[in-house]
Amino acid sequence: MSEIPSELRYTKSHEWIRTMDDGYLEVGITQHAQEQLGDMVFVELPEVGSTLGGGEDCAVVESVKAASDVYAPVAGEIVEVNDLLRDAPETVNNDPYGDGWLFRMRPIDEGELDELLDAEGYTGVVAADS
Amino acid sequence: MLIFERSRTGCTNPSQAPDDDSDISGIPTSLLRAEPPIIPSVSELQTIRHYTSLSQKNFSIDTNFYPLGSCTMKYNPRACNKYAMLPGFLNRHPGSSDRTGQGFMACMYELQEILRDVTGMAAVSLSPLAGAQGEFTGVAMIRAYHDANGDDQRDQILVPDAAHGTNPATATMCGYQVREIPTRPDGDVDLDSLRQTVGPRTAGLMLTNPSTLGVFERQILEVAHIVHEAGGLLYYDGANLNAIMGKVKPGDMEFDVIHMNLHKTFSTPHGGGGPGAGPVGVNERLRPFLPIPYVIDDGGEYRWAVEEDCPLSIGRLSAFMGNAGVLLRAYVYARLLGREGMQRVAEHATLNANYMMRCLEDKGVEMAYPGRRATHEFIVTLKSLKDETGVSAMDVAKRLLDKGYHAPTVYFPLLVPECFLIEPTETESKEELEGFVEALVEILKEAKADPEMVKHAPYTTPVHRIDEVKAARELDVAWQIPEN
Repeated sequence: MSEIPSELRYTKSHEWIRTMDDGYLEVGITQHAQEQLGDMVFVELPEVGSTLGGGEDCAVVESVKAASDVYAPVAGEIVEVNDLLRDAPETVNNDPYGDGWLFRMRPIDEGELDELLDAEGYTGVVAADS
Repeated sequence: MLIFERSRTGCTNPSQAPDDDSDISGIPTSLLRAEPPIIPSVSELQTIRHYTSLSQKNFSIDTNFYPLGSCTMKYNPRACNKYAMLPGFLNRHPGSSDRTGQGFMACMYELQEILRDVTGMAAVSLSPLAGAQGEFTGVAMIRAYHDANGDDQRDQILVPDAAHGTNPATATMCGYQVREIPTRPDGDVDLDSLRQTVGPRTAGLMLTNPSTLGVFERQILEVAHIVHEAGGLLYYDGANLNAIMGKVKPGDMEFDVIHMNLHKTFSTPHGGGGPGAGPVGVNERLRPFLPIPYVIDDGGEYRWAVEEDCPLSIGRLSAFMGNAGVLLRAYVYARLLGREGMQRVAEHATLNANYMMRCLEDKGVEMAYPGRRATHEFIVTLKSLKDETGVSAMDVAKRLLDKGYHAPTVYFPLLVPECFLIEPTETESKEELEGFVEALVEILKEAKADPEMVKHAPYTTPVHRIDEVKAARELDVAWQIPEN
């Protein structure tokens, strides 16, 4: 079973969400997702300032096997994207929960966070997947 | 080696023929080249040897079994090529008058009728230039239909997650939002989820049947009912038509519009970026929107349907009427088979797939959808092999090349981990199918005994294992003149 940090929130579509000190949310894809996709070759990031609905597709991670959409976990505005990934997409493979984050967003309704999965819930998703 | 790398300055092609002293004094200097063109300096014979040796390196249906799932790599009878290349066809100008083109137009008319009949639709247009354009045409007609009805709040197309990747791309190209419908573990569409998703915003649903999972959607009439009830239309992706041709008609499954990939089912050339053909068929309610031109039988005389005949048509997709040479090959193929032959295509394609699946199952290879009958293709999953030995589906695929077989489609559909999508087609013999089964089983044994060896395959091909990650990250596809 791949690593699923207990302090993060998750979605069924394999994004992880970290609430940062300033209240913004940091979003990436999970260890399990990057393992399934394999070596990343390209990451397409959303535009800073764009406003997204919860569940809206906003980024693409492309590996040698497949291109996969990444979805906004909750509604909000993109405040920052991880520019490092443009030249080093492999960071998503090497450090999915750290330097491999994709974007940061300002949630419109923090209440929506309660609907996300916790580590235990996501463990169930991964188990059902394999 | 590239032909440019064979080039040597001054190496022209002095044959034994007399020198060609063409008089160019009549050409204005403004039209003459200042610099010689950048083309390789090689002789005619070197050129022939270069391309012949490249063609010998090619892994193709003419040299090896090629069970590339979802692609239908079957044998295209040489006769299709031969008759499409009759001088009368080759030398015909697309702008020549209808009066002098009656023979060609008769072929196109009959092809329209044959495709109409075999798909159970009301009318067919041959003009889309490729499967992808056929899909675009189909969804553009769905949009035109809703617009004509003033039904303009429909902004979503539903696509099951077992669909071809082209379906969501097409819907997006036509300005629709894509809503994904999940598939149940047995491979059929999740009807509860479909019921929850359809509504007044649904323009249509795009479905491939048999699906990309290699199984026939058993609830298709129920799916059609749910979508039609909500006012949406049903789109049939003809990618897997080979499996059902002459047996089940998309029209009888209540599809409103369909595109056909002639290169898969009707013996026209594959790949290489074309030329292709993606005819579309429609039922009565979409007939007014068909793209022009198509051939109509006007009291015994054939003529092209144009704007005046079909004011609601979505218009033209090419300057003329599609790729005539490709359509002719499909026409010859259809005439060679006849109606009964088409049934045999589907029967043998399905029989071959099921025979292979059963042989592999008997040898302990794991199927993704055990217990379900295969259509013309089936899915093997090598996940337990990967977990046990670290050898992936990709490694096994590479090793198959060493055994003289083209690899099946790998990692598609995305729903199944470590998968092979295997499609033998109807044109392979029993011996060939058994040979592939044996080779695959042998490789699975090798993977357990010596995983490192399999991970570094292939060993016998002109190019060994390539670094796919590096190739994708550092794209280098254009040759440049080396600076010296």
